[in-house]
Amino acid sequence: MCTTCGCGAGEVKIDGENADHEHEHVHADGTRHSHDHAHEGDHGHEHSHTHEHRYAPAHSHAPGMGARRMVQIEQDILAKNNAYAKQNRERLAERGIFTLNLVSSPGSGKTTLLCKTIEMLRGKASVSVIEGDQQTSQDAERIRATGAPAIQINTGKGCHLDAHMVGHAMEKLDLPEDSLLMVENVGNLVCPAAFDLGEAHKVVILSVTEGEDKPIKYPDMFRAATLMLLNKCDLLPYLSFKVDAAIEFARRVNPDIQVIQVSATTGQGMDEWLAWIEVGARDTAAKKLATVDALKRRVAELEAQLGAR
Amino acid sequence: MALAEGVLQLIEDAAREQDFARVSAVWLEIGQLSGVEVEAMKFCFDAVTRDSIAAGATLEIIAVPGTGWCMACARTVPMAEVFGACPQCGGYQMQVTGGTEMRVKELEVA
Ligand SMILES: Nc1nc2c(ncn2[C@@H]2O[C@H](COP(=O)(O)OP(=O)(O)O)[C@@H](O)[C@H]2O)c(=O)[nH]1
Ligand SMILES: [Mg+2]
Ligand SMILES: [Zn+2]
Ligand SMILES: [Zn+2]
Ligand SMILES: [Zn+2]
Ligand SMILES: [Zn+2]
Ligand SMILES: [Zn+2]
Ligand SMILES: [Zn+2]
Repeated sequence: MCTTCGCGAGEVKIDGENADHEHEHVHADGTRHSHDHAHEGDHGHEHSHTHEHRYAPAHSHAPGMGARRMVQIEQDILAKNNAYAKQNRERLAERGIFTLNLVSSPGSGKTTLLCKTIEMLRGKASVSVIEGDQQTSQDAERIRATGAPAIQINTGKGCHLDAHMVGHAMEKLDLPEDSLLMVENVGNLVCPAAFDLGEAHKVVILSVTEGEDKPIKYPDMFRAATLMLLNKCDLLPYLSFKVDAAIEFARRVNPDIQVIQVSATTGQGMDEWLAWIEVGARDTAAKKLATVDALKRRVAELEAQLGAR
Repeated sequence: MALAEGVLQLIEDAAREQDFARVSAVWLEIGQLSGVEVEAMKFCFDAVTRDSIAAGATLEIIAVPGTGWCMACARTVPMAEVFGACPQCGGYQMQVTGGTEMRVKELEVA
């Protein structure tokens, strides 16, 4: 998990703007107060939350412990993130948007693959991209150069995207109905596994220049993913990478994982990947229609009932 | 670090709702298959709570054993690792069924 990577809050930027909020703090002495941090963008989603307080308040004092009591919490540590993810997922479903969360180690080829995917889908589907990176906005620029809209989230010291940041980025993108949304996560195979962003699927990219045993070294990520793209397959003739072994390791942690072998540079295997995307996109659009039809029927029923009175 | 921050958020939310000002102990349920390293979690928790209402609180970890469903044996078996083999048949057709939790269970407060 994200327990050793030292990520911090409060430095997140979305397209260069701060993404902090007004929030309430509870101080060590029990005093509460709210304050506003620089925050651009409307809040289309509801949220109330606190962040870590990074400075010792001037008015703190050491209170003696009074009567002790137990408070039951029984809540998942990721409950907050999961609530934002649920909001994102509902929004995306309402608009029929098929969303993928691309995860890998740095350099496995996420951005290259996205650029190639966008090129190959040109004229067939509209793709928007949310790029996660700790510091730079190079990846968003590479995506924009293909003509697709992209938003850069800089997580600062944070080593993963969370559902709250992604919700804000979605608002800025103004996503068309029945389109595709691709999220490139921060290059890290550890904590992005635990953070649901509201995507339909996580897609893990493993390149053949890495070790075959990555799936068992990072089992959480390979278990969380629906699809593994084995990238840079154009390099296989020059390497001793064993494809069968990599797939066997991936299936060991996740018997259901699908695998597609691709090369983002030569385009090998890309048709299979695009076909996989098309199936998901069609399902998502069909589900939206079914929901809309169900709503229309319900409205018609209610109107009929009212009319009968 | 993000997980320790998540724990603190849940504590601060509870403090607002249930009106307490100090936390002296925190019980976490951590599954054996959750991927959380207990020592790292303790270290991060201390760092993250330093200036908070949970400063100095003791962190108690309740370990939850891992279990999985073996498709070959068609039964639930203990699992020590996410990618571990079935202890009955040695196969890898395993679905994790328990031991992935990361929950804040309860707090001792004043
Ligand atoms: N040979 C080869 N190189 C690739 C392929 N995909 C990406 N690369 C190269 O790998 C490097 C890292 O790619 P990038 O897309 O930036 O990786 P990211 O960090 O996962 O976004 C770049 O130099 C790419 O040109 C591929 O399929 N074959
Ligand atoms: Mg990239
Ligand atoms: Zn971290
Ligand atoms: Zn404050
Ligand atoms: Zn917000
Ligand atoms: Zn603050
Ligand atoms: Zn992280
Ligand atoms: Zn078995």
